[in-house]
Amino acid sequence: MSALSSTYALVRKDVQSELRTRYALNALLMFVVTAVATILFALRSDQPTPTVLSGMYWVVIFFTAMSGLSRIFVSEEERGTTMTLQLVASPSVVYFGKLLFNVALTLSLTLAVTLLYTLVFSTSFIIQTPSIFAVTVLLGSLGFASAATIIAAIVAKANTRGTLYPVLSFPVLIVLLMTVMSATTRALDGEEFRAAMGDFQILVGYILAMTGGSYLLFDYVWKD
Amino acid sequence: MKFVKYGSIILITFVIIAGLAIPLSSSPQGWLQFPVIPALEEKARNIFFHVPVAWTTVVAFLVSLYYGYRYLRTRDIDYDIKSVSSAGLGLLFCVLATITGALWAKFNWGSFWNWDPRETSIFVLLLIYGAYFALRSALDSEEKRAALSAVYSIVAGITVPFFIFVMPRMMAGLHPGAKGDPEGAGPVVQFDMSPNMLLVFLLSLLGFTLLYVWLFTMRVRMAKLEYERSIHHS
Amino acid sequence: MESRNPPMTDVNLTVAGIAKSFNRRAIFRDISFSLEGGDSLAITGRNGSGKSTLVKILCGVLTPSAGTVQYAIAGKDVPIDAAKDQLGLVSPHLQLYDEFSALENLELLSRIRSNNFPIGERASEFLKLVGLWDRRKDMVRTYSSGMKQRLKYAFALLHRPAVLLLDEPTSNLDAEGVEVVKRVVEAQKSTGILVVATNNEMEATWCARELHLADQAPIGTKLR
Repeated sequence: MSALSSTYALVRKDVQSELRTRYALNALLMFVVTAVATILFALRSDQPTPTVLSGMYWVVIFFTAMSGLSRIFVSEEERGTTMTLQLVASPSVVYFGKLLFNVALTLSLTLAVTLLYTLVFSTSFIIQTPSIFAVTVLLGSLGFASAATIIAAIVAKANTRGTLYPVLSFPVLIVLLMTVMSATTRALDGEEFRAAMGDFQILVGYILAMTGGSYLLFDYVWKD
Repeated sequence: MKFVKYGSIILITFVIIAGLAIPLSSSPQGWLQFPVIPALEEKARNIFFHVPVAWTTVVAFLVSLYYGYRYLRTRDIDYDIKSVSSAGLGLLFCVLATITGALWAKFNWGSFWNWDPRETSIFVLLLIYGAYFALRSALDSEEKRAALSAVYSIVAGITVPFFIFVMPRMMAGLHPGAKGDPEGAGPVVQFDMSPNMLLVFLLSLLGFTLLYVWLFTMRVRMAKLEYERSIHHS
Repeated sequence: MESRNPPMTDVNLTVAGIAKSFNRRAIFRDISFSLEGGDSLAITGRNGSGKSTLVKILCGVLTPSAGTVQYAIAGKDVPIDAAKDQLGLVSPHLQLYDEFSALENLELLSRIRSNNFPIGERASEFLKLVGLWDRRKDMVRTYSSGMKQRLKYAFALLHRPAVLLLDEPTSNLDAEGVEVVKRVVEAQKSTGILVVATNNEMEATWCARELHLADQAPIGTKLR
């Protein structure tokens, strides 16, 4: 189907562009390292509890995502390539292409943060139920990306892009944040997989509602 | 409109008097005595103000959503004017709900804020309103402002049903009706009300709703007049 | 230029009652015309009279405040999103990706568009036409504004569009570039529809018909 190959081509373009310019990757990486370092210094030798750890984990993800995920649309606006994209791709291709890129970016982010945490908080960040953790990270990244993408599209059309993005994203992401934090705590505490089923149901519902809603509304944001 | 205006003034005045003046007694006789609700006592009077105001802010949000949706379908700026007027009132009532809620919390549980599910929900609504207006002020083009704020409010609105399910799971509920109530549905509290309390409560609900309608109509009329004026002077 | 004569495409553009206003100020109202294969239209008017705006509306990149734009290919009505595959646009508002080379730009944009012709062949044909073949592997970032303009032509012509829209066709071009444009214009007139938006009297004479956008008095829309 040509829509599929168009979407794939768009994701490829964004990935290649990112690998060449490294704007987002560098910024995100530095942000993650700085954030974790700050937390480390704040805690000194205190080892945080699982609840605190899972909270901090997602706080770092949230703020790092806020500093990078809006790029996919803002960069097109800034360089004047929005119209080019409007000419070659239909709105659904643009939406799903950008969404997939953000999913990939968020997943890479969670991977990086997980590695860092295991290194830095080696005695307390022990994932006792890896299955819960893996599913939470996957669903959490999907949910994050789906909300972040539509809001990035909105913010790209506005003037003061810097602080506007977190301000708009936070209320929409609160539900997601609370749920993934709860599930991550369970993973660290070593609870059974089915204890997190309630959390997973909410996450799946959120992903479906957010992706579906964004897809339907995207036209109104993308088209002038 | 006269009915709405005077109706709301009369009703709210009545509710203020009745709500605050009618005494409590442990075995209420007739219409001029309220029963004593254990653990709440005098503080139960808050229900006449806090719940209707919280109810009104939700209504205002839904109305704003509806008009936002209508704008997206028709691109008629009229709908955007209605949407933002309602949102402004929603913000006002949301602040009132938060304040009345915090006052109650202080008297009931000792501190102004506790992050219980309903408190957190009203806080999130406040954030959504704030974000909505922040977005609008960042857009110069009238058409973009109308379209993008409508989309944002709908996106935010999508997450609202999730609050109702997620919040009570995540936090212990302090609100009356939250304990032992796993659904934690809606802002309306379900405890037993004697008929006279119920009447005052419902009248208050009606009164605040009429107040909202009145203020909404006024704001829309003012906005339209300003619009006409700006056209003829530009 | 190719020596074979490609046939005239059966294409039709009908514009009825187009109006556009921004922030309560009407740019233009009640624009109507009809074009078919072989027709050429010059859109003229002072700066700010809405020439670029009208071109954007014709490309489906901007929604009009009123009126309809209807394309028909081989007798069948085509919705504007699908018609984009038959449109080529050169405009100062359109940019290409400067972290990629000219060749890469044409390739990736063609893939996103899901074109089904051999890209390499077509790209070489048009890069040679606009005189960029020697610089095809250089990053667009290194291009002069004249070279970027030529690349825009290659991009616009790559898929042999039935309708070619040129907004300020010769901006940034030297005499040689202008000659290329003239040849492109002649070729387009014999195979499809040509629309030129310009201030320049000479360029306006390339077209058989003219639409002059005069200043409109600012009028608001009536409220209910």
